[in-house]
Amino acid sequence: MDPVDGNAIGGLLIDVFGTEMTAATSACASCGDSRPVAELVVYQQAPGTVVRCRACGSILMVLIRHKDAIGVDVSGLASLSRLGSA
Amino acid sequence: MSPVSRGFRHLTRAPAGREGRLPPGQYFTEGFPVLSAGPTPRTPPEEWTFSVTRGGQAVKSWTWEEFQGLPAEDITVDIHCVTRWSKFDTGWRGVSVDTLLAQAGVDAPFVMAFCDGDYTTNLAAADITGGKAWVAFGFGGGPLAAEHGGPARLLVPHLYFWKSAKWVRRLDLRERDEPGFWETYGYHMHGDPWREQRYAGD
Amino acid sequence: MAGTALRGGLTWQTATVTAITRETGSVVTIALDPPDWPGHRAGQHLDVRLTDEDGYTAEREYSIASAPGEPPAITVERLEDGEVSPYLSGELRAGDELELRGPVGGYFVWEPADGGPLLLLAGGSGIVPLRSILRYRQQAGSDVPARLLYSARTWDDVIYRDELAGYHDGIEVSYTLTRAQPPGWAGHTGRIDQALLAGVAWPAAAGALAYICGPTSFVETAAAALVSLGYPAARVKTERFGGTGGH
Repeated sequence: MDPVDGNAIGGLLIDVFGTEMTAATSACASCGDSRPVAELVVYQQAPGTVVRCRACGSILMVLIRHKDAIGVDVSGLASLSRLGSA
Repeated sequence: MSPVSRGFRHLTRAPAGREGRLPPGQYFTEGFPVLSAGPTPRTPPEEWTFSVTRGGQAVKSWTWEEFQGLPAEDITVDIHCVTRWSKFDTGWRGVSVDTLLAQAGVDAPFVMAFCDGDYTTNLAAADITGGKAWVAFGFGGGPLAAEHGGPARLLVPHLYFWKSAKWVRRLDLRERDEPGFWETYGYHMHGDPWREQRYAGD
Repeated sequence: MAGTALRGGLTWQTATVTAITRETGSVVTIALDPPDWPGHRAGQHLDVRLTDEDGYTAEREYSIASAPGEPPAITVERLEDGEVSPYLSGELRAGDELELRGPVGGYFVWEPADGGPLLLLAGGSGIVPLRSILRYRQQAGSDVPARLLYSARTWDDVIYRDELAGYHDGIEVSYTLTRAQPPGWAGHTGRIDQALLAGVAWPAAAGALAYICGPTSFVETAAAALVSLGYPAARVKTERFGGTGGH
């Protein structure tokens, strides 16, 4: 099963961040690659959702739905920024 | 509470007469979903080795050829994924972890499995000894496909299948139980499907 | 009013299915009437959630097929091993309820003010958000030139055939059929690659804005080809549907 991209987790990111995030700019903490979240590599089929850097493959985010909560690890991101309000 | 979608049925229940084989919260599937957190590693046999280490120190290592020379078993087991699908009567071929640990001549209360693709999972020695675990290189009568963990994966069918680590390359014996990849993100340290130990705190 | 619109977009709501239209043997378009729809942008999608009697839920996202200003509609292709698509394309009926959330997406969107020319590359059901863009272009009276290259397995797999055939002023539509072609086929054959795009895409100097949607392997091949042809990466927008490549 091929990975998808950040477009596919637009809804999940709304649950996490409370707003649309696919157009936000991400920066990889490992290699510095910077691109919209929509262009990141997303593996959705695992026990959790794993978001990887398109340039170096490092894990940027891991998102797991536990019952009524979502566990979020963004330690692979150097930054995540979005312009004003869409 | 979400409205029920008329006529929507998630997968199927167990075939008649086999309901007792389905752990709580699981659904029966005929397929074999591929779940992964990253690109599929593809290690050719000539580059593959399997090793047992203790606290990070090398103890014993086998090349693919040496590994193929070990006594292997054919096993048929049910498997249960934490994402709720279960598959019955899956056929595997592999070397028992008991054999590997006996040849290595070491023991410890816990292990961490290390895999290609930077995946890890932790297990208690009690869960991988006594005929409960294998390093499996065959599935369904043929070689284990890369998408399903080949050249070889850990097979620990009495626990949720994320513990049956794909692309396994090393078992590190340890004194303490430390969380592996999914356990670090909140999955259960043990993972018994019959007690529905999916997440930490279950 | 604005506050209500925002809540409607971010939270789940229960819509009524107003109509189901068969597009091809395996594809249907589902028209929806959500009680609190804030409107959408061309290219966005919505999330659908199914719940069974045991409380098990399955969520999927589907691109919105209708133009901004029209009621939301999704076009769903039945996937053989799918869990949700066989239900939506086979069991669901007009009058049923469907839980949805949206619209979602701020990247793969187009407005006439974004300009062009537009290059739209569709792989299989990747045509859905691109059809929303073209429909919007027409309804907005935009004169941004647009080229659509649509890759499908066979002519029978082409979705929105009649509508696409009706686009003329400033919109050029071409097809490549990858598995089988009808007798006398004058369009392209074979999967999209750099050679095909070199002949069909706007030249790099035109400064086109490209939108590519379809299975992951289709999108990666097409995006790499455009960049090789000189398109700046920032002018190539991508949306990958996953899958194992059949298109």
